Amino acid sequence: MSNMTKKFSFRSLLVFTAFGLALAGCGGGGNNGTNNAGGTNAAGNAANAAAGNESAPKPAVELLNVSYDPTRELYDAYNKLFIDYWKTEHNQDVTIKQSHGGSGKQSRAVIDGIKADVVTLALGYDIDAIAEKGLVNEDWQQKFENNSSPYTSTIVFLVRKGNPKGIKDWGDLVKDDVSVITPNPKTSGGARWNYLAAWGYALKQSGGDEQKAQAFVGDLFKNVPVLDSGARGSTTTFVERGIGDVLLAWENEAYLSVNELGKDKFEIVYPSISILAEPPVAVVDKVVDDKGTREVAEGYLDFLYTEEAQKVIAENYYRPQLTSVAEQYKDRFPELELLTIDNDFGGWKEAQTKHFADGGIFDQIYTPGS
Amino acid sequence: MAGAVTAHLSDSASVRPKHVTEKPIVRWLLTGIALLFLGFVVLLPLVAVFVEAFQQGVNLYWASITDPDAVAALKLTLITALISVPLNTVFGIAAAWAITKFRFRGKNFLITLIDLPFSISPVISGLIFVLLFGAQGWFGPWLDSHDIQILFALPGIVLATTFVTFPFVARELIPLMQAQGVQEEEAAASLGAKGWQIFFRVTLPNIKWGLLYGIILCNARAMGEFGAVSVVSGHIRGETNTLPLHVEILYNEYQFSASFAVASLLVFLALITLGVKSFVEWKSAQRAKGGEANGTAS
Amino acid sequence: MKGSKARSVLPGFGLSMGFTVFYLCVLVLIPLAGLVVKTTGLTWEQFWNTVTSGRVLASYRISFLTAFFAALINLAFGLLVAWVLVRYRFPGKKLIDSLVDLPFALPTAVAGIALTAIYAPNGWIGSLLDPLGIKIAFTPLGITIALIFIGLPFVVRTVQPVLQDFERETEEAAVMLGAYRWRTFRRVILPELVPALLTGFALAFARGLGEYGSVVFISGNMPLKTEITPLLIMTKLEQYDYSGATAIALVMLLASFLMLLFINYLQWRSNRRAIAD
Repeated sequence: MSNMTKKFSFRSLLVFTAFGLALAGCGGGGNNGTNNAGGTNAAGNAANAAAGNESAPKPAVELLNVSYDPTRELYDAYNKLFIDYWKTEHNQDVTIKQSHGGSGKQSRAVIDGIKADVVTLALGYDIDAIAEKGLVNEDWQQKFENNSSPYTSTIVFLVRKGNPKGIKDWGDLVKDDVSVITPNPKTSGGARWNYLAAWGYALKQSGGDEQKAQAFVGDLFKNVPVLDSGARGSTTTFVERGIGDVLLAWENEAYLSVNELGKDKFEIVYPSISILAEPPVAVVDKVVDDKGTREVAEGYLDFLYTEEAQKVIAENYYRPQLTSVAEQYKDRFPELELLTIDNDFGGWKEAQTKHFADGGIFDQIYTPGS
Repeated sequence: MAGAVTAHLSDSASVRPKHVTEKPIVRWLLTGIALLFLGFVVLLPLVAVFVEAFQQGVNLYWASITDPDAVAALKLTLITALISVPLNTVFGIAAAWAITKFRFRGKNFLITLIDLPFSISPVISGLIFVLLFGAQGWFGPWLDSHDIQILFALPGIVLATTFVTFPFVARELIPLMQAQGVQEEEAAASLGAKGWQIFFRVTLPNIKWGLLYGIILCNARAMGEFGAVSVVSGHIRGETNTLPLHVEILYNEYQFSASFAVASLLVFLALITLGVKSFVEWKSAQRAKGGEANGTAS
Repeated sequence: MKGSKARSVLPGFGLSMGFTVFYLCVLVLIPLAGLVVKTTGLTWEQFWNTVTSGRVLASYRISFLTAFFAALINLAFGLLVAWVLVRYRFPGKKLIDSLVDLPFALPTAVAGIALTAIYAPNGWIGSLLDPLGIKIAFTPLGITIALIFIGLPFVVRTVQPVLQDFERETEEAAVMLGAYRWRTFRRVILPELVPALLTGFALAFARGLGEYGSVVFISGNMPLKTEITPLLIMTKLEQYDYSGATAIALVMLLASFLMLLFINYLQWRSNRRAIAD
């Protein structure tokens, strides 16, 4: 963070003098001061970490976590927990900055130079893209437990209260009178999971006939009246605009919608089969080495696997990895058959090229004249 | 704000002699249609913003606009506008002067180049700076080795904003100065006036309203720009989020009321700029009261 | 009025022109050059395939048609609004005048959300029209409405200053010559307004072509039906396909550049004619 904050406040300072503006009327204040303090402190920390001094209170440090959209509430809660933990265990103040956006967009921001210490994204594919540019070590997926995925999730159906269309499983989604809401798999990471879950179901039903699976997802997307560009856009279309009979959503998003936007209006339906989504995390090696924040960045991700953190994860409707916590919250997360990207789709790279790249199977659904 | 200003609005344009205006019925009809159109196209969305903003009460409204992240976003937005607007104003005046007061080859080409940022999708406007300054871009490695952060920091946001609002002042001035021609400046020059004198004494008074409009439009757009800034900002909370981005973030957190509350803040900012404009108009009208008769003719 | 004389009499050409060109280069031309260079990473064939694939062609059609109709509507109503605001007196005029700038000030995403809330099938207006079978949100009609909103101030604010500075003497002369009101308007006022009107139209149109933030909310983004070109660019970026994205961007850029050039030429011609008269 040090370079960036320094630069930032330096520029602001320049601006102030250049235009002779006191900015008195702009409200608030002191933000600049904090930024400056953060800058020097982080620099100090680099030296300190090298010395490995444990006894004296360490200077404050700042982390930037670049994450995807649905994790806002999770990391809001988790950051508080981690800051307390790090303060007591390591006697060091940490401030954590968050950046959220579509997973692909966030990954591009890291590639283009945002100084993220850690990335917590929706798909391994997006971190692979960062690794390809050498910012993250190639073996990132082995650095933390469970393929570097401290939590998992799955795709479920959100339907209107009472389930008027009687939607029970994927097969119901291709009926003529059912209207399905999902974001566009080309622009939304979450939507790719939706699509692949549907594909997996159809493949299983037809005993592995890809032709039939393609026809099935084609029929499904013919029932989609609005293709929003992101997962939250779709939720708004379904919840606020009242369009569609069923929303394909992350499990945690579905719970969040029910809790935040109306328990009496929606209910969640678990299909017979879905997909195991493993949102991965990684330390951005190049950035933490430049900034000297490796210790705290790794601590930040390691701590995700502890019991306390896993509870926060479960509270936010992500499926915990730790068996003890999973046991505790098992009523919340019904068991269902889950396909995995690696076993059933040959990994993200293959799934991406086959289904979502230009001219891939998804594009063929929307070929003119079809 | 509006009350004080309406009183003076009876400038020469509004009170027209009967023979150069339409019959009352035509006037009312035209006004009615115009108002109806504005009502549907502009007023309704505005009302929607405020209705949503206050849906959950004044307390929540206040809480959302005084949230530290919102205040930081407001500051960033104002700083950005304060840099890009003056830059583009100076450019606009220079460009309009060169284009309207002289004849040269390729004038249309130049005007078209100036218009260009308008026609570029905001997405692309952000992208071009990523291509230049991104870690993988042309200047990326050099900037990185010199520890200069342009993208995902203030400079990038300012660049994108300046690019997007680039043509506003120039575009406002060019048709106006074209319609006014060059006689007055020529007359002044033939009387021996120097360049800057001509500009400040003759041209500036003639174009001041157009210039003011241009600055206001430029400013409004600078504060409201979303697409291009979204590409270069990095969305770091409390640090590189401008107000429009903050609105989107809140909206994506299902905090609909809070998001519209912050959006209404942008509307207020726009209204303040317009208030300033009205005040300037009013002031100058007061000063010119004595010489109103020859005010328009000269 | 002989324009050619101006060159010799008025000072400041070198300074203003120099600054203009310099600023233009730094801020617009160099960044845009980056875009062009990026596209050269593609072979000609790849480029051609990218920019003429079925989905992309359909999106051009949607983007151009909606932007064109929105600009056309704005041309008519923008002139009317400017006229009413400059020439007539009515209560609350100042407030109405300020309203015109709102589409600039409102972040496009907010505009999109607000418009969708109004025109969605369960929205204020959408719910009235839905029983009649008229759908606005998530159809090209919705896109057009969003673009009307976005483009309106361009027309009003380019016409308004010209109308304000319009010399009453010219009009009075026409009246003294016995011209009727409508005739005065058509023969005397309108020709004077043509440059400003054209500019306003061009700007509203060009802005509409590229608009992204407000449209994605109201369009529904259905491929081949309501998918706009900027969304396709975003789609390419999402797949790390920078060259593909810049290729489509370049096509849009060229199209609007040519259109703006044409309109600027028309404007210059009409201006010349006015001078010749």
